[in-house]
Amino acid sequence: MSHATTRAPFKARADAALADRTLKLAIDRTTGTAEAKRAAALSAFPEFEAARARGKAIKDHVIAHLDHYLEEFERNAIASGARVHWAADDAEARAIVTRICLEADARLVTRAKSMLGEEIGLPHALADAGIERVETDLAEHIIQLAGEAPSHIIWPAMHRTREQVADLFRTGHHPPPAAEDPASMVQSARRELRAKFLGADVGISGANFLVADTGATCTVTNEGNAELTTTPPRIHIVTAGIEKLVPSTAHAFALLRLLVRSATGGEMTQYTTFHCGPKRPGDADGPEEMHIVLVDNGRSRMLADEFRAMLRCIRCGACMNHCVVYRQIGGHAYGGTYPGPMGAVLTPVLDGLAAARDLPHACTMNGRCAEVCPVGIPLPTLLRAWRARSWREGREPGAVRAGLSLWARLATRPRLYRLASRIGVRGLRLFGRGGWIARLPLAGGWTAHRDLPRPEGRTFMEQYRAWQARKGAGR
Amino acid sequence: MSAKPAPRVGLFVTCLVDAIRPRIGFAAIQLLEEAGCIVEVPLAQTCCGQPAFNSGDDADAARLARQTIAAFEGFDHVVLPSGSCAATMVHGYPDLLAGDADWAARARDLAARTHEITSFLVDVMGFRPEGRRLEASATYHDSCSGLRDLGVAAQPRALLAAVEGLQMRGLEGNDVCCGFGGTFCVKYAPISNAIVTEKAEAIQRSGADLLLAGDLGCLMNMAGKLHRSGAATRCFHTIEVLAGQADGPAIGEEG
Repeated sequence: MSHATTRAPFKARADAALADRTLKLAIDRTTGTAEAKRAAALSAFPEFEAARARGKAIKDHVIAHLDHYLEEFERNAIASGARVHWAADDAEARAIVTRICLEADARLVTRAKSMLGEEIGLPHALADAGIERVETDLAEHIIQLAGEAPSHIIWPAMHRTREQVADLFRTGHHPPPAAEDPASMVQSARRELRAKFLGADVGISGANFLVADTGATCTVTNEGNAELTTTPPRIHIVTAGIEKLVPSTAHAFALLRLLVRSATGGEMTQYTTFHCGPKRPGDADGPEEMHIVLVDNGRSRMLADEFRAMLRCIRCGACMNHCVVYRQIGGHAYGGTYPGPMGAVLTPVLDGLAAARDLPHACTMNGRCAEVCPVGIPLPTLLRAWRARSWREGREPGAVRAGLSLWARLATRPRLYRLASRIGVRGLRLFGRGGWIARLPLAGGWTAHRDLPRPEGRTFMEQYRAWQARKGAGR
Repeated sequence: MSAKPAPRVGLFVTCLVDAIRPRIGFAAIQLLEEAGCIVEVPLAQTCCGQPAFNSGDDADAARLARQTIAAFEGFDHVVLPSGSCAATMVHGYPDLLAGDADWAARARDLAARTHEITSFLVDVMGFRPEGRRLEASATYHDSCSGLRDLGVAAQPRALLAAVEGLQMRGLEGNDVCCGFGGTFCVKYAPISNAIVTEKAEAIQRSGADLLLAGDLGCLMNMAGKLHRSGAATRCFHTIEVLAGQADGPAIGEEG
């Protein structure tokens, strides 16, 4: 996203998030529920490991033969009556979508939730073109009222508590909701959106899958808003990343079993819809035109580099729900379209490493994200690969490079290292009293928040050698 | 015991144990000897290289990997009182040196012989401590690398179950990271602090007298936070309790 460069640095955003206790409450509610529901779903799904292996194999196969499946998909989509457009990057994708809207004299566009749409900056592009955009997903509706970007790829408004949503609806809905219980608020949103659904000229959706052998696109939702976005308007535009391809409908279902359980803990979404071409003669409804915009935006570059495994991602959000860092700072602090572990891998691809250098580092490497990933993406390994690239490209701060280099020079000379450690632990002891060090120069990051155990006084190596010498003398 | 010759074990002490808490290293020697091993501590060891590896400094990490591989060639087993250093040797070294014709096979050979200590005692030696008694309650934190990269979960619990009088208490979020993360805890100190604050609260809610874990880095983080927040929980490496050393000073107590 081009907006990243104008934002505060990562650490400032993280600090602001940490200070926001309402945000923490909202994050804990949503991720806590998500974690519990996923665990319950998996406990009733004994074949998860087999399904995960199959899901990974399907994605790896498609990634290895992406050219083949892209051509097959294009051929079949065209045969179904859809028009297929290719976008090399986000700017091209925005230009294609706005051109289609403008050529159709569209004044009102409805949009079903799509992270790819956020990735290519579609909301801003439509506004710049003077087109009214209405978000139809309930959570997207909330953040549209708040003028915000999504903070989670499944629950875009998860950073807002229901009390805050009530405030937004009170001023944003005309008339305001009858009451502020969830049911009344949902009813109010439904009333607001219903009129827009029927008056829209163009409906824009993403796709969870692109099915190569039928040319269909598949969306899954729990609200039915995608169906109302894609069916009544004259024109339906799908924007999708090229990694969404699957060979057949059966493969889409194999991945759906993993996606839904990992995302919400359900077995199936309420609505799973395959869109195959525009309205045909004799059809009761459907759009007159269907356009599919296939977006690369860095993906073919990932094919050839160490981030290839990231193309397996099916955008379930389990990695962020189980991430200790995400659960402290939420999604906006990451500063990119995609937050959490998967975002920390993807944002440097999309925004460049210079703008996103902090993200791969702001991770404890605990591995829980990889453990829950339904397609076995080795997220910590990929984050480490960014760190290695950042090091090779000389992007790491000078103090870090100098410190590590000095340490490595010592550590590769064991005799000198032993001597330095003996001196070091004695020096360190001077800063403490009793068993603890409460303040230590150059280690303020540690001692600002916690005490440091004071070293025993003699290193293991010196004690061990003395012990060996005594044993030798006693023999 | 069987009549098999005693295995020769090289102990990798780890840089943190060497500097901060040597008694963990001596507990390791004691337990390995009780289990019937011949233990040696090669002097050519320093650090496994994890700080460089996780910072993306592959060249320095590879230098330390080669040094460690050379220092531990010829041992039947290499044992470490740390899941994260062991995981660096088991998974990190072979990755790091995969493209190095001279060292790739040696890295894989070391990886195949390397073990975190509690899993080595249980899975390889079939060992349980005998005659240990400790009247206390304890809770156990699963350090991430040991748990996820090496499958260390049942082994420390099986060993602790052999300590008479020791009551184990559950820890909410026992498999959730403590926020240490090596250099992460100083590079992103406020985030790390938020994570360890929640961990320390969960430890206190467990009501246990002792907190046990298998990695000194995580222990220093949790013990340091517990002490700063005024908690009375005493923190030990698992193997200190197994070696009967819990009557000595806990982390942060003067000996």
